[in-house]
Amino acid sequence: MLQIARTYAIENVSRRRLLKGFAFGGGLVLMARLLPAGARAADMHESPYATGASGMPHGTVNDPHVFVSIAPDGTVTIVAARAEMGTGAARTSLPMIVAEELDADWSRVKIAQSPGNEEKYGNQDTDGSRSVRHFIQPMRECGAAARMMLEMAAAQRWGVDPSQVEARNHEVFNKSSGDRLGYGDLAAAAAALPMPPTDKLTFKDPAKFRYIGKGNVQIVDLYDITVGRARYGADQRLPGQLYAVIARPPVVGGKLVSFDGSAAMKVPGVVRVMAVQGWQPPGTKFLPVGGVAVVARNTGAAMMGRDALKITWDDGPNKTYDSDAYRAELQRAAASPGQVVRNDGDVDGAMKSAAKVVSAEYYIPHIAHATMEPPSALARVADGACEAWAPVQSPGGTRDDLAKLLDIAPEKVVLHTTLLGGGFGRKSKCDYVLEAALLSKELGVPVQVQWTREDDLRNGFYHAVAVERIEAALDANKKVIGWRHRSASPTILSTFKAGADHQAAFEVSMGLVDVPFDIPNIRCETGAAPAHTRIGWFRSVYNIPHGFAIQSFVAELAQATGRDPKEMLLELIGEPRIVDPRSQVAKDMFWDYGEPWDSYPIDAGRLRRVAEIAAEKAGWGRQLPPGHGLGIAAHRSFVTYVATVVEVAVDKDGSISVPRVDTAIDCGFHVNPERIASQVEGGAVMGLTLAKYGNITFKDGRVQQGNFDDYEMVRITESPKVTNTYIVPHPYEVHASGVGEPPIPPFAPALCNAIFAATGKRIRSLPIGDQLKA
Amino acid sequence: MLRFRVNGQEHTTDADPALPLLWYLRDELDLTGTKFGCGKALCGACTVHVDGQAVRSCTTTLQDVSDRSIVTIEGLDPAGDHPVQKAWRAANVPQCGFCQAGQIMQAAALLAANPKPTDAEIDQGMAGNICRCGCYQRIHTAVRLAATGV
Repeated sequence: MLQIARTYAIENVSRRRLLKGFAFGGGLVLMARLLPAGARAADMHESPYATGASGMPHGTVNDPHVFVSIAPDGTVTIVAARAEMGTGAARTSLPMIVAEELDADWSRVKIAQSPGNEEKYGNQDTDGSRSVRHFIQPMRECGAAARMMLEMAAAQRWGVDPSQVEARNHEVFNKSSGDRLGYGDLAAAAAALPMPPTDKLTFKDPAKFRYIGKGNVQIVDLYDITVGRARYGADQRLPGQLYAVIARPPVVGGKLVSFDGSAAMKVPGVVRVMAVQGWQPPGTKFLPVGGVAVVARNTGAAMMGRDALKITWDDGPNKTYDSDAYRAELQRAAASPGQVVRNDGDVDGAMKSAAKVVSAEYYIPHIAHATMEPPSALARVADGACEAWAPVQSPGGTRDDLAKLLDIAPEKVVLHTTLLGGGFGRKSKCDYVLEAALLSKELGVPVQVQWTREDDLRNGFYHAVAVERIEAALDANKKVIGWRHRSASPTILSTFKAGADHQAAFEVSMGLVDVPFDIPNIRCETGAAPAHTRIGWFRSVYNIPHGFAIQSFVAELAQATGRDPKEMLLELIGEPRIVDPRSQVAKDMFWDYGEPWDSYPIDAGRLRRVAEIAAEKAGWGRQLPPGHGLGIAAHRSFVTYVATVVEVAVDKDGSISVPRVDTAIDCGFHVNPERIASQVEGGAVMGLTLAKYGNITFKDGRVQQGNFDDYEMVRITESPKVTNTYIVPHPYEVHASGVGEPPIPPFAPALCNAIFAATGKRIRSLPIGDQLKA
Repeated sequence: MLRFRVNGQEHTTDADPALPLLWYLRDELDLTGTKFGCGKALCGACTVHVDGQAVRSCTTTLQDVSDRSIVTIEGLDPAGDHPVQKAWRAANVPQCGFCQAGQIMQAAALLAANPKPTDAEIDQGMAGNICRCGCYQRIHTAVRLAATGV
């Protein structure tokens, strides 16, 4: 195979840089703090590895009896229990960790996808950039336990002490006799052994890792993807199955009044037109909204049938939802005092004593996930049981929601997780699977529900629209002495609980109250924002609006004080230190991504370092062609630190292109650098899409966009030409942290800061759209 | 009665001539490698070859392909070793993978018509295919690689 130029580098941080300008680098500080007194680094892997996994439903499982099976021919099958949506974490990186500790030959490893069952496999909710973060240690334990069980079986076979045997690359060796046994020869005996206690497990020296950290393992589905054999939500077939599309209420909270399906029934292949049960948000979680289903012998006929429906809807209480009016409402909320969620010092006093006050207001609209695979699911409900095939981020949760909907025991539901054609948070909500189950139950045959692109864009769970207003007080020396940030944005909680109208702890802690700046007086407030549509998670969630506002504002402060934006950013981040806002945040409003603070504190040194690396690699300050500009942004999210420098080129007609992106990521100990780079590269494209085009708007309660002609995606012609990724290396003791989401938040502000550098035009309202064309 | 060839096999059908080819391939022939992404020829996920040309099967009806020869991702190469497929693997292109069958079919048609494309021609040729995961940098690399030999 040809060697492809790597798109990433492991960025070894020189001692010179660590020590430049301050006493301790962030990494050194962190290491010193994490090592318990008297511990040697080599012993660290035997100490408890605390993560927030224990706080997740069903936690983690490390038992190899659950995850590993070995055939007589030596084929090792490792179970992937989480959903694979493109990060490579579920089906490649986590099994690779097991294989590493098992010392398996990766070419003899197969992956089996588990059904939804959290009691057996541990938490399966594949969101929050948690897969590697929460499962790296349990999967190491699982692999190590399996290896030790094979060694034990071999020792018993040979009648020697276990210390006399050693597992190496799919075989166990007898150190004294030189005999060897393959894993397949030992599998049955090993499987009969109990798992050794976790605290008795021994682990590989990370220096001897051959897969972890190497980037030499390709994703397990690569071949199948390139030949069309990879199976997604709509690719399972059952005898006698029918295909359905559903006309859903165009306004959230609306319902069906009447319909005429006679024309639809005349479409060849249509077999049934029927009302589907629905629930009216808010507060209905992932329950379907109902509507009219057209059921046919193929999907195309169902779609043509739906086009022929005549339906009367009652639009319900949200029929006046209007994005222009709502924006004005959010602006009013952000202009007056709101609910205080963080208060440090005396912001009012700082504003009064300021030599200058700088303020800016930012607008970030609703956006939709637009996964390339629109939602789709197949379900068979019969004889008091349900079997479903679906691309869901939460297999266990989906199984339980199916059981609840059908009023049967969870054990009566089998949920097969297919590959996901993109997730980005959309497929954490299983409404489309529930629809398939309702129809199958009604019709008595397997039914596949297919969402069209229009359904996807018009009946989604949208990223929250937001107005962010920041004011900064500057003293006579141009130092920032006060920071007031008001955020007005509807909450995801409204999807679960009617009436919720302020951001929750997990939302304000995505960039707002955890702002890591070295400013003596900080106040953060949230404004009331009643939701009029379904609000849901979108890749990196509230870090998008909070991060866009804060990182844009940093560059605005640089402009206001005549400083370089990178220097301004570093000054605000301040000296390497642990930033602990917990005592300043309102009661129960701080959330560190569900992680234990001591393992994942806010480390200003690490944020500073990624900003420095990205700037240095991008050639910050270099001479640029006319119309080009560099912009920088740095943001911590999902306990990972990312900084991005975007080079933009703005043509005379105002169109933009991105010749180059340089991103530094510090995600703690890293497992799969090749997939980390792919997430960073893809994050740049998604960041560019949301900055340039992302805009779901409502008029008369209805989404105004419908397909890729009016909800545009960045295409290859306008994609960043090159995205370079720099990964900050860490020893295993620096906990692995999120990768899937963290590349997103810094991109849009870095781009808009670059546009300002190139043109002097400040983008405060997303999307950029035609704002540069004037 | 309509006649056409799919991956070298003759098919006759009395299906609705107005039915988009995509659904005949997926739901009647179980050739599920071809994907539905938009239904309006805007994203390229459903790209197949009709008489060697890349077409969007979501807006191409069965009537349109009467007496034509269709190749899907399943039929591009018997072993899955078309130079474009090999290049896709060598460059580690996919993330979620959903759009990649369409991307590969588009790239194969592009290179059949223009074996040595310029960088701009690669981008123009692939501009109809959306990848929401954002694999474009590697898609470009893979098309270049397929053109120069894997």
